Amino acid sequence: MIINPLKRVYLALESWFNFSFGTEWNPLYHLGTLSFFLFWIILVSGIYLFIPFHGSLEGAHASVEWITHEQWYAAGVMRSLHRYASDAVVVTVLLHLFKEFASGRYRGFRWFSWVTGIPNLWMIVTLGITGYWLVWDEMAQYIAVGSAQLMDALPIFSGAMTRNFVSGGMTDRFFILIEFLHLLGQPMLLMFMLWLHVKRLSNVNINPPRGLAAGTFIALLALSLIAPAMSHAPADLSRVPIEIRIDWFYLNVYPLLEILPPRQIWMLTTGVTLLLMMVPWLLPKKDGPKAVVDLDNCNGCGICFEDCPFDAITMQARTDGARYEHEVTVDADLCGACGICAGSCPASNPFRTPRGHLNTGIDMPQLRANDMREMTREAIDSMSGDLKILVFGCEHGIDVDRMNGDDTRGIKLICSGMLPPTLVEYALKQGADGVMVTGCRQNDCYYRFGNRWTRLRFAGERKPGLRARAEHDRILVHGGAEPDAPQIRQDLDAFRQRLRELNQSAPVDAGETV
Amino acid sequence: MPGRRFNIVPTHKDNKPLRYLLQALNYSLFMGIVWYFASAPAVRLIDEDEAKLTIAFAHAGQLREPCRMLSQEELNKLAPNMRKLDDCPRERSPVLIEAELDGEPFYKAELPPPGLFGDGGVDVFYSAKIPAGEHRLSLKMNDSVRIEGFNHQFEQLVSIEHAQILLIVFNSKQGFVIKQELN
Repeated sequence: MIINPLKRVYLALESWFNFSFGTEWNPLYHLGTLSFFLFWIILVSGIYLFIPFHGSLEGAHASVEWITHEQWYAAGVMRSLHRYASDAVVVTVLLHLFKEFASGRYRGFRWFSWVTGIPNLWMIVTLGITGYWLVWDEMAQYIAVGSAQLMDALPIFSGAMTRNFVSGGMTDRFFILIEFLHLLGQPMLLMFMLWLHVKRLSNVNINPPRGLAAGTFIALLALSLIAPAMSHAPADLSRVPIEIRIDWFYLNVYPLLEILPPRQIWMLTTGVTLLLMMVPWLLPKKDGPKAVVDLDNCNGCGICFEDCPFDAITMQARTDGARYEHEVTVDADLCGACGICAGSCPASNPFRTPRGHLNTGIDMPQLRANDMREMTREAIDSMSGDLKILVFGCEHGIDVDRMNGDDTRGIKLICSGMLPPTLVEYALKQGADGVMVTGCRQNDCYYRFGNRWTRLRFAGERKPGLRARAEHDRILVHGGAEPDAPQIRQDLDAFRQRLRELNQSAPVDAGETV
Repeated sequence: MPGRRFNIVPTHKDNKPLRYLLQALNYSLFMGIVWYFASAPAVRLIDEDEAKLTIAFAHAGQLREPCRMLSQEELNKLAPNMRKLDDCPRERSPVLIEAELDGEPFYKAELPPPGLFGDGGVDVFYSAKIPAGEHRLSLKMNDSVRIEGFNHQFEQLVSIEHAQILLIVFNSKQGFVIKQELN
């Protein structure tokens, strides 16, 4: 399988973090929630800092110095946490952007989340800029003059802004504006944009695992104590600051003013932003056919509604006069065509119509529940080895076709979450000695919840679960990306060996048909 | 419990002591990146022998055409409540400004009056680094199309220190003024 170089980099990074943190705490799987957690730190520390902060030309710098030096053990630590958590957010957000791009999770039905995510970069950066502005030190002066130059390049300002930042041009009213922006206007707008960003997702989680949150907080606290955030000298509009130790996470655009005119900087930054926003259409990928509801086989149980990762399914009152209270509908624009709903539908149980066509309540036109059952039968019949092992795998994990051999057949699904656990039972009843299910790396499903729901279903902890009487010893649930293929093959060999031992102790009647 | 008999392969094997050590390493690396780029590399804004000269003011050019007193005949044609004695066209003159430093051109601009009717004041802002030390500064400005040449002129020997911002402003009463505030 060909993997693009960016994805290869991402997978290597992911492997390293899985090795270091385990799959539950891998920060790459929690970049969104980690960003939210950092926002909480910023919010709490910001509220604390607002109490002693004095928003005036004379008082701003002095109050920040008091915060930093006089009450270093509380307010000073809060200031450092505020700054470093803000910087860390830029790292987590950029990693989030990189991850989604590298793994192809930005186009097709995902365009909305991508497009609404990009402006958040501007929101975060401008929020940081106004924060630095409040300190009113030499760096704030540098930002103020630079920002004014940038604003003046826009037709609506025409040179009026910069004149505010010449000697004698500043007043305390300026702080009222910046405080309003930094403490209320910008955070509110950012919150709205974040809500919009996750609007098309279901089961949105904003809290990282406790271990990861604790580790991140301890690291930030340690950094705050070792290298507390400091100010520059107070702003002096009659002098040029000689050297500024700028925060490159937020202020990287300002040094460009030394080499480019402000208008070109606007063109560059807005151009990059627009380019990023257009990426879903510049590198398009067509979604597969969307899920289809068959009301004749839908009893409105709502499991697919619960399981859909993209909020594409809604429950509504029955429209066909059937005796059930509800039915489901699919919004094709939101549907990711993952098939997780088909895997969750109790009507996908292959034992329902052993001889007839298997119609289920919600199905994927490109790979119907009946097709999966047929493929299962054919795969079992086609094997000639001493064992018959079926490997169900998803399109985004390892390539299961490469596992084909005399005793092994791979069946490719859209997502491992579209596999009804009853089909695995069916395969064992049809003569398979063992079934392996493999999806994406644990906690990193291309369709968000496919491998998580699969694991929970097979563990009997989520409907529709694998029944207790199923031969659990003959089922292996795995997961991994292409670089993990050698490890998965090794585990498959161990599974083969176990199946042989099981067959020796209690041979399976391979000819049994249900 | 069905889950207990179930074979789920963890993607990675658990080795807690090693894992905590690696986590500490990763967090240290993360915080190292955060710490470094939060304040480095530093940006040098001005060299040892440099200062800055800034010209910054707002000024409205004079009206392009002078106000004209209306004749009695013209006033009679107007409604009684609208008989304003003079007629002043709104459009203003562009502001032409030229600055020289030690006889060399420093700044030159012709700024048209903004606004739909060309009746707004112009904002002049120009700032550039110059060598610190003594300089002969001359400024000329024309703010009326009805006047030939420059109607505001200023020339002075100025002394400017390293990193100092020498600010030139203009107001219609005093003309060009140097604001040279030092701490």
